[in-house]
Amino acid sequence: MIEAKNVYFTYPNGVEALKGVSLTIKNGEFVAIMGENGAGKTTLVKHFNGLLKPTKGTVHIDGVNTTKVSVATLARNVGFVFQNPDRQLFSETVEEEIAFALKNFGFEEKIIKRRVTWALNLLGLTQYRETSPFMLSGGERKRVALASILAWNPKILMLDEPTIGQDYRQKENLLQFILQMKAQRKTIIIVTHDVEFVAECSPRVLLMRGGRIVADGEARKVLTNPEVLTQASIVPPQITQIFLQLSDFQLPKEVIDVYEAREKLLNLLEAKAK
Amino acid sequence: MSIIETENLTYTYPSGTKPSIRDVSIKIDKGEFVLITGPSGCGKTTLCRCFNGLIPHFYQGELEGEITVAGLRISEQPIYEMAKHVGLVFQNPENQLFALSVEKDVAFGLENLGAPREEMRKRVDWALNLTGIYDLRERAPHELSGGQQQRVAIASVLAMQPEIIVLDEPTSFLDPLGAKRIFEVIYDLNRKLGITVVLVEHRLDLTARYANHIAIMDDGKIVLDGEPREILSSEQARLIGVGIPKPTRLYQILRKDRVNLSNTVPLSSDEMAAMLREALKSQ
Repeated sequence: MIEAKNVYFTYPNGVEALKGVSLTIKNGEFVAIMGENGAGKTTLVKHFNGLLKPTKGTVHIDGVNTTKVSVATLARNVGFVFQNPDRQLFSETVEEEIAFALKNFGFEEKIIKRRVTWALNLLGLTQYRETSPFMLSGGERKRVALASILAWNPKILMLDEPTIGQDYRQKENLLQFILQMKAQRKTIIIVTHDVEFVAECSPRVLLMRGGRIVADGEARKVLTNPEVLTQASIVPPQITQIFLQLSDFQLPKEVIDVYEAREKLLNLLEAKAK
Repeated sequence: MSIIETENLTYTYPSGTKPSIRDVSIKIDKGEFVLITGPSGCGKTTLCRCFNGLIPHFYQGELEGEITVAGLRISEQPIYEMAKHVGLVFQNPENQLFALSVEKDVAFGLENLGAPREEMRKRVDWALNLTGIYDLRERAPHELSGGQQQRVAIASVLAMQPEIIVLDEPTSFLDPLGAKRIFEVIYDLNRKLGITVVLVEHRLDLTARYANHIAIMDDGKIVLDGEPREILSSEQARLIGVGIPKPTRLYQILRKDRVNLSNTVPLSSDEMAAMLREALKSQ
């Protein structure tokens, strides 16, 4: 469980990026953190693996205060995949990249081999085992970064802007992958601008603005509230935009999914035809 | 009149074992807003690099076929000559910015064209304002966030007011409202100044509404090329796996359910809402 209590954070250059954030994320929850550029999203999640420590307030991971333990200890439980995979990759082959953290954590050679193979398979990277990560496309490098984190099986998985530069199919795969992780009771936190992706996976949504959380609730509620969305520089999902414009008909306002939209529209048309 | 025309363009990078684009033939008319999309690795970025001569002059490798841009044959023109006609905004802004201040970065292209000082001042301020970064003009580009850097890269190209602007996923790091504003600025320049725009994007939800020409690439080839409403409603586009805008999807599904909707395929939520309003009223 992640518990943040009244967290403030000021960068060395004086920018106050978090101004009193309190929240609880339970084990097995799937959370999307959204908000405008510079709202403090990445700063907040960096507190969850101890990369940053609060200037004021506290963060507890499974009851442990993050100021009391090293990043290395926290990293065993909290995996963080950066927005830009190039900040994270450095090995000569994909296999070495994925094995690196496992070696550092002191796993046995046999287990390392098994875990690496498992992660390569899971993310469709097996054919690149011997390839340099830098020969791969942007989307593939992102998957290598993800595989290298998954290999050590952290309980909490944090993904910063996972859909950037990913095409439609890759987004579908990412969605399936997240659902799989969720079924294994992992806590998943994504930081994203991609409102259509969030509408499709329907997590709990936290909206941030100016270092504070301005909305917290199910995707269906938050993404259909134009007032709070505008505050956070987010545009409602396209399906929602259609329903907001048709509010003078007897249609629900809280619709984010195409098939749900179809059902509601067909019902209304049928009722009118009678 | 075509401002960009390629014929059977095929290109292989020096390190490549097979061509990144194959037999690409496309005609882009002056003043068009063209959207190029398709799965990752399909050759979109490679094609863009041909439009301003980075391929073959910078990347080298093997280029076959014909390409003419702004009436010039790329193979015979140096990059600096092409740069007068074509502005390119790269996918990763870090690859494009190098000056010590935002203002200097935005002015760099104009300096190279030898624009008079007053004119330069005016155009730089204009571009900074349009992209919403006037207040950042004295900051160092490398200290800015990814989204802010993308605005700087776009401003540097806009300042030159080239005939053709090629943008390769130019707003990927921006928040949705910020991205929307930038696309609207570009659309406005396209309409008012007649600048030809070539935009590479995965996010058709955000951009399809601006385009009057769309090309879908797959595995190095152009597989669909034409009018956006026709192409995005085609079964083939869905099968290739491009992200059809949700309003267009909803329209297709409802038509299959025999709901009586007009024949003009919607590309945005506004268009779809207006269409549904008609359908609901007439019941």
